[in-house]
Amino acid sequence: MAQQNGLSSIDDTASGYLSRKPSGVGLEKPFHMLTAAAALTVVGALIALLIILAIDAAPAIRQFGFSFLVSSAWNPVTEMFGAVPATVGTLITAGIAMLVGTPIAFGVAIFINEICPHKLRDPLSIAVELLAAVPSIIYGMWGLFVLAPFLGTTIYPFLIDTIGQVPVIGALFQGPPYGIGMLTAGLILAIMVLPFIASVSIRVLSGVPAVLREAAYGIGSTPWEVARYVLLPHCRKGLIGGVMLGLGRALGETMAVTFVIGNSHKIAASLLQPGTTISATLANEFTEATGDIYLSSLVALGLILFVITFIVLLFAQMMLSQANRKEAK
Amino acid sequence: MKADPSIVGRRHLVSRVMMGLCVGAAAISIFALAIILWELLIRGLSALSLATFLESTPPPGSKGGLANAIVGSLMMTGIGIAIATPLGVLTGSYLAEYARKSRLSTIIRFINDTLLSAPSIVIGLFVYAVVVVPMGHFSGWAGGIALALIAMPVIVRTTEDMLLLVPDQLREASVALGMPIWRAIVKVSWRAASKGILTGILLAVARISGETAPLLFTALNNQFLTFDINRPLPSLPVAIFQFAMSPYKDWQELAWAGALLISASVLLLNILARTMAARGEH
Repeated sequence: MAQQNGLSSIDDTASGYLSRKPSGVGLEKPFHMLTAAAALTVVGALIALLIILAIDAAPAIRQFGFSFLVSSAWNPVTEMFGAVPATVGTLITAGIAMLVGTPIAFGVAIFINEICPHKLRDPLSIAVELLAAVPSIIYGMWGLFVLAPFLGTTIYPFLIDTIGQVPVIGALFQGPPYGIGMLTAGLILAIMVLPFIASVSIRVLSGVPAVLREAAYGIGSTPWEVARYVLLPHCRKGLIGGVMLGLGRALGETMAVTFVIGNSHKIAASLLQPGTTISATLANEFTEATGDIYLSSLVALGLILFVITFIVLLFAQMMLSQANRKEAK
Repeated sequence: MKADPSIVGRRHLVSRVMMGLCVGAAAISIFALAIILWELLIRGLSALSLATFLESTPPPGSKGGLANAIVGSLMMTGIGIAIATPLGVLTGSYLAEYARKSRLSTIIRFINDTLLSAPSIVIGLFVYAVVVVPMGHFSGWAGGIALALIAMPVIVRTTEDMLLLVPDQLREASVALGMPIWRAIVKVSWRAASKGILTGILLAVARISGETAPLLFTALNNQFLTFDINRPLPSLPVAIFQFAMSPYKDWQELAWAGALLISASVLLLNILARTMAARGEH
C-alpha cells in the first residue's frame, strides 16, 4: 500500500511537471531580440560616431575644401586652418615609436619565450601585461618631469653636436635642445607601446608548436636561427597584427604625447623641436576654441585621425584573424 | 660532408650576439619601466597624505587634496560601468550564443574590436557632439557616457570569449531538460562563465579609471566637491593633467599623488581580475 502510494505520488509529480509549461517560454523571442538590440547598439555607436564627426566637420570642409588636407596654416585669429602640421606630427611621432619600440618588444618577447628560465616565464609575461595596463597619463607625466629634462640637458646637446653636423640627416637634429618635442614624444610613445606589442608577441610566439622548434634545433640550427628563420616567419601574421595594434595605439594616443610635444603648429625640420599631433591639438585647444570654423576644423582633424587609425586597425585585424585561423588548423 | 668549422663558428657568434641583443632589449625595457614606477612611487608617496583624500583641489599656492576628483572619478566610472555592463554582456551573449558564425556577428565583432582600440579622444569628440551640445553644458553624465563607450567593447570581448569556453554539452543538456534557450543562457551559460565575465568588467573598470582624453571635453573639470552628476565633474586623470602642466609646485606634487593613486588602483584591479580568471579556470 505504502509502495503504491509512493508510486502514485511520483506519478502525480511527474504529470504535474509535464502538464506545466517550462517557465519563461514566452520570453524566448524577447530575450533574443534584447541581445540582438544590444549588439546593434555597438554597430550603431560606430556608425553614429562617423556620421556625427562628418556633420560637425562639414563647415570646415566646405570652407577649405581639399586645401584643408594640404595646408599647413593654423591660425585661429585669421581663421585659416590646415591639417598638415598635426597630421605630420601624428605620423612622425607614431613612426618613431614603432621604429624604436618594435625591435625592443620583439627582443623582449624572444627573451621571455626562448631564453629566460622556465620559472621566470610566467611572472615576466604577467608583468609585461600589467605594464600594458598602466594609464598613458603616467607615461606622459614621467616624460614631462623626468625624461624631457634629462634628454634636453644631456642627450640632445650631444646629438646636435654630432649627428646635427652631418649634412642632410643633420637637419633632423638641430636647434636648441628644449627637451620637449617630436623625438621626446616619439620615445615616450615607444615606451608606452612596448609592453603592448610585447604582450601580443609573447602570446603569439608561445603558440608555436614545439615540434617546429625541436625540428629546427634537430638539424643543428643555432638559437638565433631558430628564432629568425622558424619562429618569426611562422608567426609573421600574428606579429604584424600586434605591431599594427600598437601603431593604432600610438597614432591615437593623447596623454602620453600632449605633455611633451610642445604644441606648436609650425612644422620644423628638426625632430628636437616642438610640434603637435592631432590628439594633442584636440586636447589643448578644443575647450578653448571659439568660432564655428575653429571648432569644426578641430573635429575635421579628429575625423582624419579616426580614418587613419581605422585603416590601421582593419589591417591589424585581418592579420590577426588569419593568424588565428592558421593556428586553429 | 664535413661542416666548415669557420662557418659554424660564425653562425654561433651571430647567434650569441643576436640573443645577447634580445637580453639587452629585455634589460632596457625592464630598466625603463622600473625607473618610471620608482619615480612614481617616490614622488607619489612623498606627496600623499590624509589631506589628499579629505580636501578638495586647492587654488595655486596652497595646500589641498584630491577628494573632489576622487569622488568625481568614482561617480563617472560607476555610470560608465553601469551603462556598459548590461550592453556589453548582452552583446557578448548574442555573439557567443545566438550568432556564432553568422556574417552579422563577424561585422559586429570587427566593429567592436575597432571601438576597443579607437582613439579615446575621438570618443570624447563624439560624446561632446551628442550629449554636451544638446544639454548645453559639460556634465558628469557626458563623462560617464564617454567612459561607457570605452568600457563596453572590453566587456563584449571578454564576455564572448568566456561564454565560448562553456562546453556546449551544458547548453544541450539544459535545453534537453525543457529549458527555454534564454533561461539556459541566463541560468547555465552565464553562471558557468560568471567569473570570466566579472574579470572582463574589472578590466573595463581598470581601463576607464585611467582614461583622461575622453573626459577633457565631456565632464570638463570642477574645483569643488559635488555629487551632482548634472554639473561638470572633476576626475583624477583630468586633475593630474591640469596640475602637472601647471607651473605651481603644490599642484605638481598633488599630480604625483594622484598619479600614484590611479596607477596603484589600476594595477590592483588588474591583479584582482587575473587571480579571479585563474580561479575561474579550475
